Parts: sequence; C-alpha cells; structure tokens
Amino acid sequence: MSKWYKKIAEGIPSSSIFKKSIPEGVWDKCPECKTKIKEDKIVFQLFVCSCGHHFRIGSEEYFSILFDEGKYEELFREIVPKDILHFEGPQPYKERLVSEQAESGLTDAARVGKGRMNGVELILVAMDFSFIGGSMGSAVGERIARAIDYCIQHKIPLVIVSRSVGARMMESFYSLMQMAKTATKLALLGQAAIPFISVLTDPTIGGVTASIGMKGDINIAEPKANIGYAGPKVIKESTGKDLPKGFQRSEFLMEKGFVDMIIERKNLKSTISSLLQLIIEKEPID
Amino acid sequence: MLDFEKPVLDLEEKLHKIKESNLDMEQKTFKINQIKAELHELKTTIYSKLSGWQKVQLSRHPDRPHSLDYIENICSQFIELHGDRKNGDDHAVVGGFANFEKQTIMIIGQQKGRTMKEKQFRNFGMSNPQGYRKALRLMKLAEKFNKPILTLIDTPGASPGLEAEAHGQAEAIATNLQEMIMLTVPVISVVIGEGASGGALAIGICDRLLMLENTWFSVISPEVCSSILWNNWDYTEKAAEQMKLTAEDLWNFKLIDGKIPEPLGGAHKDPEKVYLSLKKGISEHLNELKDIDPRKRIEGRINKYSHIGIYEEIK
Repeated sequence: MSKWYKKIAEGIPSSSIFKKSIPEGVWDKCPECKTKIKEDKIVFQLFVCSCGHHFRIGSEEYFSILFDEGKYEELFREIVPKDILHFEGPQPYKERLVSEQAESGLTDAARVGKGRMNGVELILVAMDFSFIGGSMGSAVGERIARAIDYCIQHKIPLVIVSRSVGARMMESFYSLMQMAKTATKLALLGQAAIPFISVLTDPTIGGVTASIGMKGDINIAEPKANIGYAGPKVIKESTGKDLPKGFQRSEFLMEKGFVDMIIERKNLKSTISSLLQLIIEKEPID
Repeated sequence: MLDFEKPVLDLEEKLHKIKESNLDMEQKTFKINQIKAELHELKTTIYSKLSGWQKVQLSRHPDRPHSLDYIENICSQFIELHGDRKNGDDHAVVGGFANFEKQTIMIIGQQKGRTMKEKQFRNFGMSNPQGYRKALRLMKLAEKFNKPILTLIDTPGASPGLEAEAHGQAEAIATNLQEMIMLTVPVISVVIGEGASGGALAIGICDRLLMLENTWFSVISPEVCSSILWNNWDYTEKAAEQMKLTAEDLWNFKLIDGKIPEPLGGAHKDPEKVYLSLKKGISEHLNELKDIDPRKRIEGRINKYSHIGIYEEIK
C-alpha cells in the first residue's frame, strides 16, 4: 500500500460522519455485485466495492480522501438557500430545505474546501447528492462562483467534483441562471490561466454537466459514472427505447472524446496532484 | 385551437356568418357592431388574466410566428448560412447575416415547423449539439466582422436523444455559455416562444434579454417539472404557476430588460403588429448598446451574470 493511501485511510474521520450523509441501509449490499459490504472495510477502500463499484459518496468523504490528512478549511458556508418563489411542489420547498438540512447536516448541495493535495494548495468543491440530488440553485451557484473568485484572487487551482441531477427546479429561472453565473466565472478563471480540473462522478446530469462538468481544462471521470445532459429516464421516455448498454457512462464519454481519463477513486488524489504539479511547475510544499 | 380560445373563435364565427348573411344593411351593421363590442369585451376578459399555463400554451400556438417569420419580416435581407464545420447542420437552428434597419447583423434563431413534416425536419425546435456549435460559429463570425448579434429563442428544450448525447450536447451548451460571455459585439436575445432549459440558454447569454408577452423562460418545461417532482404530468398547470416563468413574472423580478406586447389573443392574431413592436424594441436596445465601449459591454455582461441569484448570508 502506498504511503498516501495509508495516510488517507488514517485521515478519514469516524464512520459516524458517513452515517449522517448517507441513508441507512445503503451500505448493506453492493448494487453491482450484490455482495454484502462491511462498513469498516468499505471505508478503508474509499467506498469502492471489491468488484470495482464506486459508491456515491459526498463532500465530507471527498474532502477526507483528497485533502492531505483530510485537513481543510471550509469556505462560504454562510451562503444558504432561500425559497425565492414560494414554490409549493409535493412538499413546499421551504419545508424541504429545512428537513433536508436537518437530515443531512448540510446547508446545501455543494461545499467549498481550501486545503492541500499532496502539497498543492487548491480549492476543492464537492457536491452532495444526498441534498436534493446535488441540484444547483442560487446558493450552490454562489458558493461555486465565490470559490472561483477565490482561486483567481489567490492564484490557486480549482477542482470541482460534480455529482448532480442538474439545476434545481424549485428555483426555476434563477437555477437556470446559475449555469450562466458559473460559466461566467469559469470564463474569467480561464482568462487568468488558472487550472480547473473537473471530476465527474455518478451521476452528473443536466445543467451541472452543461456549465461546469464538461469545461474542465482536464475532465476526469470515475469509472462507470452516468454522465450526460438529458437524464437516462427522459431519453428513455422520449425515444421509447431502452438505452444501449454503457450509454452515457464514463467509458462511453471517453470513447466519444469528452473526458481525458477514467480514474479509480484510490488514484484520484495522485492523478489530480500530479497533473496540477505538471501545469504549475512549482515544488509543492510538504 | 386552445380551450380558452373557443368562446372567442365561436363568436368570430358568428360575426363571419352575419357578414355573409342577406340581412338588410341597417340590421346587419347593427348586429355586426353589437358582436364586435361583445367580442372585444370577451377578448379583454379572457386574455387580460391569462394564467401561466395558458401563456405557455399560447407560446406554443401552432399559428404563432416562428424565427424565420420574424427574420423575414423585420429584416430587408437575410442570407442563411449552414453547418457547424465539425459534424453537420442542425435544422432546429437557423442563422445568417441579415440587414436590419440599414445595418448588417447576425441573426440566429431556433426554428420550429408547422406541418408534421416540417416539425420533424426541425426536430420540434430541439437543437442537437450541431445546432449550438453552428450558432457559436456564426457568433464568432459576427464578432470577427464586428456585427451585432440577435438571437431568437424558441425551444422546448435540448434534444433528448442518443445522438445528441453521443455528440456531447452538454459540452456544446457549456462552451456556448462561456464563449458568449466574452463576445466583443452587442448581443440581444429575444424569447419569441418557448425558452426551456440549457437549450435556450445556449443562445441566450446576452447584453439585453427581451421577451414577447406570451412566452416563458425557465429551467425546464412545466410538464417535465411535474413529471420529476410529482412523477406524472397531472401537475403541469400547477407547475406552470409556481415556476413563475412568464415574461411578466420575470419582468417583475427584474430579470429581463424588456417585455414586448402582443395583440389580444397572442402574436398569431396580428403578426404584423408584433413584427413592428419587436423591430422597435430591438432597434432601441441595439442603438443603446452600440454606443458602449466593447470592454464596458463585456464588463456589464459579466457583472449581470455574476450577480444573478437569490440566497441568504448567515453569520
């Protein structure tokens, strides 16, 4: 086992944290190979089953896995969502926000962390699928926008781990405009020649793929992740046909030229930090 | 015909019959005036308090003018250009140089069809990635020759098909958003019908956003919103209300720069009138934008999109 791997495993906080962000029972069985999963083992394997299935983990897990010793400073937590439109839905959005926040301990579907990855100082944004499907509304958009501003201001690279169903419906036009907002900030980041690595995980769909996900200077996908614009259900409904095997999966996107590489979770940190070191050409601080 | 249009159409039919009848002149005139007054009152009642869903229906009205109708009627010349130079030519997007009030502009519009055959040819106004890439190619062309850009938005959304995904529609949309932000020429976008999702936004990053009165612009169509939140289409009408997606809603939220009036009953009732108001609206904004230094214009665009969204900041 490599040194960093051991370091990460040690750096992962107690599994109670995962209990908070992952519904109970999810860890019982691997959906792919149906093998029973032992919680302590799967944590040590960075939530990847022995068969290779990558479980859907959240921001806390990615911060633990990717930041050196799992240490980071969380930024822009003060930005929280608001029910702008008094959106009712099956459950009023206002109530839903409160209950989602209480259940998950999160305030919205994306968190921003500042820390080091094998010594490289950077901003890491990670999305939480457990919070309304990782959807992007005004608060998520603003957190990402400020994360990018921070990168420009401090000249440090940006990594975004996307896991989202797309723009959040309950904020309607405002959600759609978060695509424009994040795209604007990414355009500025590009002008400042600051590297942006986009990590696409299962699933990354809709407005998030079409604003952030596809626009990394380097696009990295976790294996077999569902990545696309229209969701598989929508495509199936409108074409009336079952989707071909492997359609919209990481491997398909790689074949079509939309991702640079497919990287297993255990190699994410070393791959990202190596890439950044190559681009930045500066000795990382140990 | 839409449900709520029926009483109006019935009365118009009645008026037509009387006009054709062989009543004596005096009686005829009397009756015609009576029905005309009735008709006016009925139209005002029905059309002045249209719900969100009714406006969505009007935005899709089969008789409504489409992009090519507007282009033909507000420009004196239009030469259509084709292809994205990468993969193909998308028929759901049309574009080319045009002469608008004695100046050359680049017009790009999402195009729907009217007959079944046309609709299929235009893929119901749902662009494929080739469409976004063609649009971007034309925008870059406009930038190169320093011509303002006008985009006409009318799409029920991006194409939910296998091909569109295989050709990377997410990448195409994302690229357009980033590129449009930095265009050095003025960009005006007008929603002329439906403005759904990233498919609409992919040609909608602009200096000025205008909407015709009976149009909508949102993250998704009310049907899909209903289907995702309630798992069926039964709540479409409710979704349309709650999404606050009409021109009036967005105007009240100060999210658009202009609302272009339509005749009672919708643009299809008197297209000539709409062409005139649209022309006037575009012309005003274009003249304002042209006087702004390109760097300032881009700054303004960046500023606008950087500040859009409502959230809370807690301490």
